[in-house]
Amino acid sequence: MRDEEKTEAEQLTLEQAIANLKQKEDLGDRYYAAWWLGKFRITEPEAIATLLEALEDEQDRAPDGGYPLRRNAARALGKLGDKSAVEPLSRCLEFPDYYVREAAAQALEMLQDQRCIPALTKLLDGGVAAAIRVPGKPHLVQPYEAIIEALGTLGAKEATSLIEPFTEHSTEKVKYAAARAMYQLTRENKYGEMLIKALSGDDLQLRRSALMDLGAVGYLHAGQAIADTLAENSMKLIALKGLLETDLGNNNTEVPTISTESIKIMNLMDSLL
Amino acid sequence: MPDVQRLIQAVNQADSADLLLETVEDLSEAGDIVAIPTLVEVLGFNNPGAAVAAVDGLIKIGEPVIPYLLENLDGYNYGARAWATRVFAGIGDPAALDLLLEAAVTDFSQSVRRAAAKGLGSIIWSKLPIEDVAAAQQQVLKTLILATEDGEWVVRYAAIVGLEALGDTLATVQPELLSEIMTRFQELIASEPEAAICARIKYAINQLQLEQ
Repeated sequence: MRDEEKTEAEQLTLEQAIANLKQKEDLGDRYYAAWWLGKFRITEPEAIATLLEALEDEQDRAPDGGYPLRRNAARALGKLGDKSAVEPLSRCLEFPDYYVREAAAQALEMLQDQRCIPALTKLLDGGVAAAIRVPGKPHLVQPYEAIIEALGTLGAKEATSLIEPFTEHSTEKVKYAAARAMYQLTRENKYGEMLIKALSGDDLQLRRSALMDLGAVGYLHAGQAIADTLAENSMKLIALKGLLETDLGNNNTEVPTISTESIKIMNLMDSLL
Repeated sequence: MPDVQRLIQAVNQADSADLLLETVEDLSEAGDIVAIPTLVEVLGFNNPGAAVAAVDGLIKIGEPVIPYLLENLDGYNYGARAWATRVFAGIGDPAALDLLLEAAVTDFSQSVRRAAAKGLGSIIWSKLPIEDVAAAQQQVLKTLILATEDGEWVVRYAAIVGLEALGDTLATVQPELLSEIMTRFQELIASEPEAAICARIKYAINQLQLEQ
């Protein structure tokens, strides 16, 4: 966030933000208001209604033909947790703008509503063979990473056989998103081990994202590998906390004793502080 | 050229992240005070792997590092400050006590507050004049209890670890402070929203009860 935005963020009020989003003259103000409503978790019905309108906006167009306001509105709706956005966001998945589809898939993952599973699954049509780069663009034909992560988080077991082949996709991010989702859907160790392998890769970004994935899915065998990863301790601590929470969840919380596994994870955490 | 100079030169000439890590590991291994300035410089490179190795090397050298590091703390690079705080924590020299006390509750970077909170628990009290120990321990206790209210979970977690370690050293010197820690732990178990931290508190209570 730029400095002037920070100042503006302090100044905007709920009423102003909604008014800014409704008006059609200043596109910058509209774009910013959509972001603001999500950022500050404004769940007022009027905010939701206005964001849903913005999801169908035709006015704000980027030079590449994209729809910046729709993207921002979709992201905000994901953060606000209102289920009335599930169907409109599912329709966004058919929209020509790649980044609107990506924002919608990410938002649907956050909304945790299984109704969107068929629409998400449909975007995997054609499988890995169809999942190629769009000529002249920095992305594939679909936002596969976001789609597959959403399906994994939503527990879409019916999509398992569609997602599995993506664990061999040539784009690393897609490959690891598929490994993460497959682990969530099947709890098979081989997918957790794929993520562990990513921890020793050459690309720091990928190592970081594998840390977050392992923490999020709580793959308990990853503890030592997480601690040994060449990455910031703060990220490793978050990942290990994810493991610890998983282990605590597996055990009866009423019992005052702590499992050996939990103690092992805590010792690793202590060493990273 | 002496061996350590050659190792320092290798660090300075490293032109990739991997090579930097490798050369810093070698230099750290040497554990020579001549390496201090180079290792401290590495803390500011934004290369987590190399920084971990440099921290290990500096801790290995120990006490002679403290005055140099206090002099050369980079106030503007919070990554470097967090690594330096880990060095102070690892060495446990009371010369860094004031710095850790302040950093644990006032530094704007959560990584620094986290490292300081842990470090406060591992001060080597025998290095302090005996008549100063009781007051210093009370100050550490006060600061760590304050840190258990930090807005960031990781700092609260580190404060628990710090309190457990402090409790360990208090059992013989000031048992009444130990019971203060235990009371605070019981309060926190009831109020702490993070399950991971509650688990760490329970573990700390178990450990301290074993000591008694």
